[in-house]
Amino acid sequence: MPTSDYDPACLPDLLPLYYRRLFPFSHYYRWLSYGGVSKNYFQNREFSFTLKDDIYVRYQSFTTQNELEKEMQKMVPYKIDIGAVYSHRPSQHNAVKSGTFQALEKELVFDIDMTDYDDVRCCCSAADICSKCWTLMTIAIRILDRALREDFGFHHLLWVYSGRRGVHCWVCDDAARKLSVAARSAVAEYLSLVKGGEEAVRKVVLSDPIHPFINHSLSVVERYFRQYAIVDQDILGSKESVDKVLALLPDDIKKDLTIYYQEEKNPMKRWERLCTLVEHKKSSVKKGGQYFDKEIMLQYCYPRLDVNVSKGVNHLLKSPFSIHPKTGRISVPIDLKELNTFDPFEVPTISLICEELERPRADEAEDDDLKDKENEQEAGERRRIRDYKRTSLAKYVKVFVRFLEAMARSRKGEMLKKSDLQKDF
Amino acid sequence: MQFPGRRKKLVGSSQNDLYEHCLQFYGQPPLENISLTEFETFAVERLKLLKTVENLGVSCVKNSETYIKKLDAEISSLNFPLKAELGEQKVQGGISEYEKRRKDHISHFILRLAYCQTEDLRRWFIQQEMDLFRYRFNHLHSKHKTDFLHKNNLKYETVSAEEKKNLQDKLIASSYGLSGTKVEEHDVYKVPFQDALDLVRTRKVYLLAGNAYIPHHEIVTIVLNDFRTRLSKALAMTARSLPAVHSDERLQPLLSHLSHAYVGQDYSIQKNIGKISLEQIDALSGKSFPLCMRHLHKALRENHHLRHGGRMQYGLFLKGIGLTLEQALQFWRSEFVKGKVDADKFDKAYAYSVRHMFGKEGKRTDYTPYSCMKVILSNPPSQGDYHGCPFRHSDPELLKQKLQNYKVSPSGINQILELVKGMHYQLACQKYFELTHNVEDAGFSLNHPNQYFTESQKLLSGGRDIKKEVDTSQRSQENPASVTRPSQANSKQAQEEMGDLDSFFQDE
Repeated sequence: MPTSDYDPACLPDLLPLYYRRLFPFSHYYRWLSYGGVSKNYFQNREFSFTLKDDIYVRYQSFTTQNELEKEMQKMVPYKIDIGAVYSHRPSQHNAVKSGTFQALEKELVFDIDMTDYDDVRCCCSAADICSKCWTLMTIAIRILDRALREDFGFHHLLWVYSGRRGVHCWVCDDAARKLSVAARSAVAEYLSLVKGGEEAVRKVVLSDPIHPFINHSLSVVERYFRQYAIVDQDILGSKESVDKVLALLPDDIKKDLTIYYQEEKNPMKRWERLCTLVEHKKSSVKKGGQYFDKEIMLQYCYPRLDVNVSKGVNHLLKSPFSIHPKTGRISVPIDLKELNTFDPFEVPTISLICEELERPRADEAEDDDLKDKENEQEAGERRRIRDYKRTSLAKYVKVFVRFLEAMARSRKGEMLKKSDLQKDF
Repeated sequence: MQFPGRRKKLVGSSQNDLYEHCLQFYGQPPLENISLTEFETFAVERLKLLKTVENLGVSCVKNSETYIKKLDAEISSLNFPLKAELGEQKVQGGISEYEKRRKDHISHFILRLAYCQTEDLRRWFIQQEMDLFRYRFNHLHSKHKTDFLHKNNLKYETVSAEEKKNLQDKLIASSYGLSGTKVEEHDVYKVPFQDALDLVRTRKVYLLAGNAYIPHHEIVTIVLNDFRTRLSKALAMTARSLPAVHSDERLQPLLSHLSHAYVGQDYSIQKNIGKISLEQIDALSGKSFPLCMRHLHKALRENHHLRHGGRMQYGLFLKGIGLTLEQALQFWRSEFVKGKVDADKFDKAYAYSVRHMFGKEGKRTDYTPYSCMKVILSNPPSQGDYHGCPFRHSDPELLKQKLQNYKVSPSGINQILELVKGMHYQLACQKYFELTHNVEDAGFSLNHPNQYFTESQKLLSGGRDIKKEVDTSQRSQENPASVTRPSQANSKQAQEEMGDLDSFFQDE
């Protein structure tokens, strides 16, 4: 699909257009206001902008949706990050008595970055991704989404494509936004299974009994493992990758496989042999379970998250619907119902949607006359809604809106519950 | 609390109600009068106890036999409460259980005064008090545990028999030491996961819909959470009332002595500012850096980059050995520029972080270099990281290879690996020191990377004789530098009184 080849040099021209006519400000504002339940929630939210020439400005805050629009259109940020909701307006933090300006709440966030898997993917490295390794993101999303909902009881999760090589998750429940640093770090550690830096060879160690969370995660990994790791990544193909896998096994199994692999070149058969040997060893050894095959699957596929991103209440994270300056792609929400067919290379770039904007409009002439009578802001609003609907951005905004509506329904439910309890009729 | 000069006798029996249980949450401060002598003694003895808790915590596995034996011995010898029954006959010449509990109560509150002042002190105090509390709670009989929960109004929701049955397999698979019968017979508590963070963090509990399902015998973790929260708040409040306490001249020298005694040196005050030149760093990294910093330096030179965790750990260490801000900026920039970062980007992105480390940005906190405990216990490295403690975080095979590369003898390497297996990471590093400096005994108890560097430099510049048996008198000469702070203006009389305290704080 043509993405209207994106050229970073065009950003200065495309961004103003994007912020004027395409960025979904009203939905964005609706999201960050959270129903207006807490006073000044939007006003006390920190944003940070990276402007042209890498100029970075923090502690941006806005009092209304209008002000947000005007400022973004004026400053034309290349990157937008969202931070915490503070005790005071971030733009006035210098005026506040030292020590009293504090981050109070923020969504619980997760950042899955493909570079963290460089030691286990052979198709790409660093900032590159391809359809083969994208499966890792699919696996990550499935595992984390289930755990955050079923184990932790969260309901409102927004998964977003980062624009280049990963995905972000924004957990927006009330309870999530109020979590302490310790709680966030505990959640992130609960979800971590792959541990160790450059120096650790074996990064996953399982022991009996296996926690239900690990079992759930394993069943997801198992669904994808053969196609992803054995076929696509060919981890049992070349000598180099085979050696890496063998390094995770005990000596006796390693020896057996080295000999077996001299004859058997079919990777699937090689994997099956490995599993058989592990099963065998497990049933013959009395002490505890030995899960080398499962550990291998997890080491190659299980989500790797950066605990530090999730830990901090004041940590800034790239905003949904912002642009990735290197790729031009928009950070779009991911529809989990279509997760299997999500293709990062199909995500629209800013050049594409700006180009789509210019295409002749088929049926909107009549609307124009009616709307001209309304005031300028509303007219601008409608025009913008019409605008993005004509572009590839439309379907992603729909995902976002569904997410917002679910939160609105839930808030309404909460309020009814509360008023019932107070017997307000 | 009031502190008259004279010793006052206590009224015995009516006080019994105060100390019904051998364990307490320290919710109410003591209301009696005590003598200065008792004040001092209580405080010092509790500090000794907490230091023991800390040392045992790094050198033994918690709740191993050695740990239990040693801690029991220390608690008894210092006359702190251990047994659960009050009203025992006073042992001939010994101290009654009641008096032990009173000491426990009062000494805790005194140490609060000393340890509420800074983040670091608070964190340390809370950590040791929690470990002590956990230990004592775990050694209560089940009946006494329930007693304690009731007396302190901790009502946790129990799970219905039906739900227990449905979740039985999952519960057994999640919680240590649970069997089918145990699930049936004993209570399982349902608690919001935010109240069970320690269990969640280590995945030692079953989670469903935001609730943690805690078996009876694990309830201590929840209680500890509560303990930590209360203590943390209390310390914050205590800090606010500190000026009033400090105005009492009898107390101020003792309290500051207490809080400095634990920390020893934290290397926040640089002694040798500007005495190290950048050209020396490569050579120094081989000779006088502990393994973790040598590792970080090498990674930096090879990759021309370090991630945040590595920059913090190594950057603060360099500050501790005496690098100035200007030197640090030059050092980091020259290295990063050789990599993918151009000078401009460095100035925009990384320079800020270096200045932050030196307290020139943001909150302007002058960060202290990380101690061994901090490096070992917090922020474990992941893919692409080079920080952490190699003895703790490296694969033993890779560690062995690295030591071989650094020309450590095979027998030495084996000794180190044995220590690593026993989880004695700091001792392993000490052994590395001994092997690389060719001494039999390091002569110090390693707990800080900058300490390693200082000791190494001292040794190499002939400050000490090589291979000499270090006797106690020599040791007591080395420690005072870490115990008394020259910045305090102590009166001569106070110093004489303090003389005895030094002997309490010799490292074993």
